[in-house]
Amino acid sequence: MIRRIGRWFDSRLHLAQPAREALNHVFPDHWSFMLGEIALYSFVVLIITGSFLAMFFNGSTAHLIYHGPYRALDGVEMSAAYQSVLHLCFGVPAGLLIRQMHHWAALIFIGAIVVHVARIFFTGAFRRPREINWWIGLTLLVLALSNGYFGYSILGDLLSGAGMRIGYSMMLSIPIIGPWLAFLFFGGRVPVDVTIPRMYGLHIFVVPAAISVLLALHLGIIWRQKHTNYPGPGRTDHTITGSRIWPTYTAKSIGLFFLVFAVIAALGALVQIDPVWIYGPYDPIAILPGAQPDWYLAWVEGAMRLFPGVNIYLGPYLIPEVFFPGILFPVLFFIVLYLYPFFDKFITHDNQPHHVLRHPYEQPFQTALGCAVFMFLFVLFVAAGDDVIAVATGTSVVTIRLILRILVFVAPAVTGIIVYGLCILSRHRHARGLERALESASAEGRLISGENEVTQ
Amino acid sequence: MSEGEDREARKGAWLLMMFALGWRMVTGRSGKSRRVTSAEAAGPRDFPLPSGRDADTETQAVTSGRERWGTLLVACSLIAAIAAGIGFLFIYWTDGGNKLLGGTLALSFAGFGIALILWSHFLMAHREATEPLEPLLSPEEDRQTAADDFCAGARDVKRRSLLKLMIVAGAGVFAAMFVSLLRSFGAPIEPALYQIVWSRGQRLMTADNKPVSIHSLKPGDSVTVFPEGSIGNDHAQTVLVRVKEQFLRLPADRADWAPMGYLAYSRVCTHAGCPVGMFESQTNLLLCPCHQSTFNVLTGAEPTGGPAARPLPQLPLYADSEGLLRAGGRFSSIPGPGFWGGQQ
Ligand code: FES
Repeated sequence: MIRRIGRWFDSRLHLAQPAREALNHVFPDHWSFMLGEIALYSFVVLIITGSFLAMFFNGSTAHLIYHGPYRALDGVEMSAAYQSVLHLCFGVPAGLLIRQMHHWAALIFIGAIVVHVARIFFTGAFRRPREINWWIGLTLLVLALSNGYFGYSILGDLLSGAGMRIGYSMMLSIPIIGPWLAFLFFGGRVPVDVTIPRMYGLHIFVVPAAISVLLALHLGIIWRQKHTNYPGPGRTDHTITGSRIWPTYTAKSIGLFFLVFAVIAALGALVQIDPVWIYGPYDPIAILPGAQPDWYLAWVEGAMRLFPGVNIYLGPYLIPEVFFPGILFPVLFFIVLYLYPFFDKFITHDNQPHHVLRHPYEQPFQTALGCAVFMFLFVLFVAAGDDVIAVATGTSVVTIRLILRILVFVAPAVTGIIVYGLCILSRHRHARGLERALESASAEGRLISGENEVTQ
Repeated sequence: MSEGEDREARKGAWLLMMFALGWRMVTGRSGKSRRVTSAEAAGPRDFPLPSGRDADTETQAVTSGRERWGTLLVACSLIAAIAAGIGFLFIYWTDGGNKLLGGTLALSFAGFGIALILWSHFLMAHREATEPLEPLLSPEEDRQTAADDFCAGARDVKRRSLLKLMIVAGAGVFAAMFVSLLRSFGAPIEPALYQIVWSRGQRLMTADNKPVSIHSLKPGDSVTVFPEGSIGNDHAQTVLVRVKEQFLRLPADRADWAPMGYLAYSRVCTHAGCPVGMFESQTNLLLCPCHQSTFNVLTGAEPTGGPAARPLPQLPLYADSEGLLRAGGRFSSIPGPGFWGGQQ
């Protein structure tokens, strides 16, 4: 039967050879190589759940009065968008589950990408020949972040309206082109009715399409270049070691997909997320204390909170204070990430193609830098919740902010120094261990294979 | 209820256990040592011919006991998956709660996932394959021929330089056509951004459209007001507070802006546009809930803490003959977050 089907396709597409190559493709086994897969599979979940939601969501800001199963908002004026979300949560079978799964999948998608990028960074997997995939991956991260923002901005609840307004203010603050850009993107001075429909279009079509195309490229390039591998006996830059795609790897990978789906379903079922019905419809007059953005935007939010309130002028022109932490900082951060492969080339004087990864301790400076940056981002992340922390600990926001303003510089520096020391230590230990192994091996008259092992 | 919660908790624990098990399987940290194959021991240079299963060196170690256990485990997880799936169907069709619905969905998917992973772990041969990597850079002559082919084709284009120029011009026009379509998305900036709402003589109205008089507030109170005729206008939203007159420390040119200790400020935060909705009467501070900027109402809403750098625009007030509060003019500056060219 399989042979008959195969013959049918082969006689039309000439597939036998490529199929055989695909089945025998070698993929290395390591848990950290699955982070990207988790991201991929959460994206699949996002597409599946998102398609369901799109059938019910109404991206319109038309005003209406709510009458529906959610009693607490009966008779309240709201946008059609918000009303459709309420209907989805309370009137559609499995609607709430799918919506919560969608939101959780988005958080996991971005989380998996971030950890994946960190793995790539710390193991030097961005080095030649994989720079293109590093850039594509970073672009995917940027797209994922923006789509997350669009996604929660379109619901028409109070929290999303506040987020939209802050996003508008950030874009508005860009020198010279800010007002034009903000009016072009948001369609006027926020809150304005045209924003939700256009963000909806971006959220369900433009950005996902871009993500899909780049994802296909990303995977195609991995397929073409083959995967990297960790250093070890027999691992060289001229070979690849791992298991074949078919069947072991396929089974594991599909199994992983089901597990990712299961975890997202469990979270969607058991852990409430973005309960928009509690926030109420967006009202530009209403306030929502203790509001927090989704975790992946918290670093920018934290930076905005810690940045001092100073007026900075360029000649007679004001550069609003949100520009520096809200726009300049994230943009510079990503530019540095995009350019990092060149920087690495510059400090290591190494422009050779690599397929064996670099242990983090082999490049103490980079590892220390990476950890320091993560610590920096973590302090900013904490700062995004400074008001919540203040309430929880009974201290004033001013005190907490002062501590965080110090920590934001001290903690990364300390982290960097400690990590640098640890790297040097383990480099020594590793070198000693290698020496001993070499000695004992030569004593036994054995040959150590794999020149890549002798790194230092 | 507690019984239901109990069931949820048990389900959660199961889920966690199964996930942990699955994770161990996936990551391959199952205590099984991976043997070095003879191909590796022989070093990277002398490879058997690439690709094809026969070339693999197998480290297969499937014992029958292992196989039996594996089959049993796979069968168990598949049964669990199917049972949970049927449970899902039942709960879905009977409109059961979100937790049960998602729980059964999760269990059924977890069952399938774990079954697949167990299957690959116990019931599939574990071969570690090593293959050579072709260098990515093509041989010199391949690159040369590709470049030659391209240049040969390009020569035909190069000869027609006038046509080429026109093609470039056409492309430019195309680009301009597409880019100019962006116009449809924008909105005129001038009226919206520079609008300084309020005008002299407008009464201050509460959100339920009642005028505010000099008797409306006690010192320490606050209320949100709008210009009459624009109730609910977000750009015009204004916070009216009353303080004891003797505490006022307004700039000299605003000395008569606060009759009887009534002060009015734009309610749109100068930081990022959130409504500055909280008034702390003890400290006389207006607080923005978004990033906790504070503004001192006594000194003209100068920022005293948080990330905001500019004061809230102030609205001059006066009381008319009936004792109703009216705007004495416009806001002292453009309300809302800062922008290029928007400073006063
Ligand atoms: S918007 Fe008011 S402090 Fe940021």
